[in-house]
Amino acid sequence: MALAPAVTDLEQLKSHPAVACLLNWNAAAITGAKFDRDEMTIYVDRPAIREACAVLRDDPACAFTSLSDITCVDCYPAEPRFEVVYHLLSMKKKERARLKVRLNGDSPALESLTSLWPGANYFEREVFDLFGVRFTGHPYLRRLLMPEDWEGHPLRKDYPVEGYR
Amino acid sequence: MANLLPTPVLEPGQDRTMILNMGPQHPSTHGVLRVLLEIDGETVVRLMPDIGYLHTGIEKTCEAKFYQQVVPLTDRIDYLCPMTNNLCYVLAVEKLLGLEIPPKAQWLRVLLNELTRINSHLVWLGTHAMDIGAMTVFLYCFREREEILKMFEMVAGQRMMTSYFRVGGVALEPPLGFFDRVRDFAGYFPERIDQYENLLTGNPIWLMRTKGVATMTSEDAIALCATGPTLRASGVDFDLRRDMPYSSYDKFQFKVPVTQEGDVFARYMCRVQELRESIGIVRQALDGMPEGPIKADAPHVVLPDREKMKTQMEALIHHFKIITEGFNVPAGEVYQAVESPRGEMGYYIVSDGTAKPYRVHIRSACFANLQTLSKLCEGRLLADVVAAIGSIDIVLGEIDR
Repeated sequence: MALAPAVTDLEQLKSHPAVACLLNWNAAAITGAKFDRDEMTIYVDRPAIREACAVLRDDPACAFTSLSDITCVDCYPAEPRFEVVYHLLSMKKKERARLKVRLNGDSPALESLTSLWPGANYFEREVFDLFGVRFTGHPYLRRLLMPEDWEGHPLRKDYPVEGYR
Repeated sequence: MANLLPTPVLEPGQDRTMILNMGPQHPSTHGVLRVLLEIDGETVVRLMPDIGYLHTGIEKTCEAKFYQQVVPLTDRIDYLCPMTNNLCYVLAVEKLLGLEIPPKAQWLRVLLNELTRINSHLVWLGTHAMDIGAMTVFLYCFREREEILKMFEMVAGQRMMTSYFRVGGVALEPPLGFFDRVRDFAGYFPERIDQYENLLTGNPIWLMRTKGVATMTSEDAIALCATGPTLRASGVDFDLRRDMPYSSYDKFQFKVPVTQEGDVFARYMCRVQELRESIGIVRQALDGMPEGPIKADAPHVVLPDREKMKTQMEALIHHFKIITEGFNVPAGEVYQAVESPRGEMGYYIVSDGTAKPYRVHIRSACFANLQTLSKLCEGRLLADVVAAIGSIDIVLGEIDR
């Protein structure tokens, strides 16, 4: 089975409910989209992420009522260095959407989703712990998996696999 | 929803309350979970789980391995359902590759996955009942679990860390007598579930300890990102096997048990009914097991049969290449989720086109489910904390990764 090429043209993807909904809401905040391997990825501007998630959650045509996952990818040494990845799930439409925010390497920070889904708490703490991305408005942004006094953020690409000796 | 968020620093408020430390070495925390409790007499005022004691950096390790070398690591994430982890990972890689898996391999995967679910639920039921004080169930559950582990040993050569699923199919043809053994088990297991239920479901002590204890509404469950039986016991009818099918689950008939009350008893009932559904799926998989190959026809990705490797030059070259260099995976990213015994288990894999994954993220079900614990316990008695921890069925290996 050959892979279908990814569609990255925003115009062609307008029919997808999540894209349509976000473009309707604020087209300036959507910097791109990608449809690849049956999965929808939407790139959102950093300041708009919380609002974008709120819109997708509350819009009846999308109904992305559940937050599946938050994680991060380090593209070191490229800039913008970090991609924070949100996976939303619509139980009603049985569909998923992936939102991505690109962040620069120097003091990366973005808005927390804990006010929308309290369950974002652990996911964001994990990203903070392992990547050093800060979430503003998070009620308790402290290390989760690593010890409190750990130095560095292990999942960054410039952190050696065997750790600092 | 502000009340669902954790309160920052846990220090005793005024002089009424005190801080109690539970774990990380405590028999009822199911591993190395540490729970900080602020208690007023016997009432829990605030609760905060403290995790990370079992963090081994599996996600980081994955980035340094070839795609096929990650499979044994996935076993070790959740030692109670290794096959589910294997399945989720290989499905994600297969999606990245665009591989088509032959029906027999898919059926075998479903069969083994449901056995894994039974295995995991049995450990949960035994330990959960023991936490609350019903010792006998534990022994019965482990009797049946032993049988399942023997089947795993038959098929994979390993009792717990099976690594049986491979990218492109399964490792080996199941040995002679395996299907008979599973059929035998499927025959008597429903009766055994009745045995457990006889001991617990109508037992007045069990009911007092579980009914109306540690309740959660469906809104709270969704807001806290709970999945699996923890979510379904609050009345949300959603199961990835039925609603977003993978690995041929759409060809099986089964009900998704949903209970409404959202208490410990509802979660218990939900899982016990799942046991019955799972054994039904196992029976269907046995009856409908298709004939044919167990590996995809992709010589660059799938290791050749031993026999071929020793007799054919071409197969030997492929074998050598895959073992020494791995196989390249086209650049891209996928998120693949499966319904593990504990909820939504997801693998998010980013490929940069080389033979090693650029990033592997594991969305663990208990990691998210654990967040419900504060909601479940605050305002309740200290003894209910033990029941609540058992009822969300956590495995610390999966939480800490």
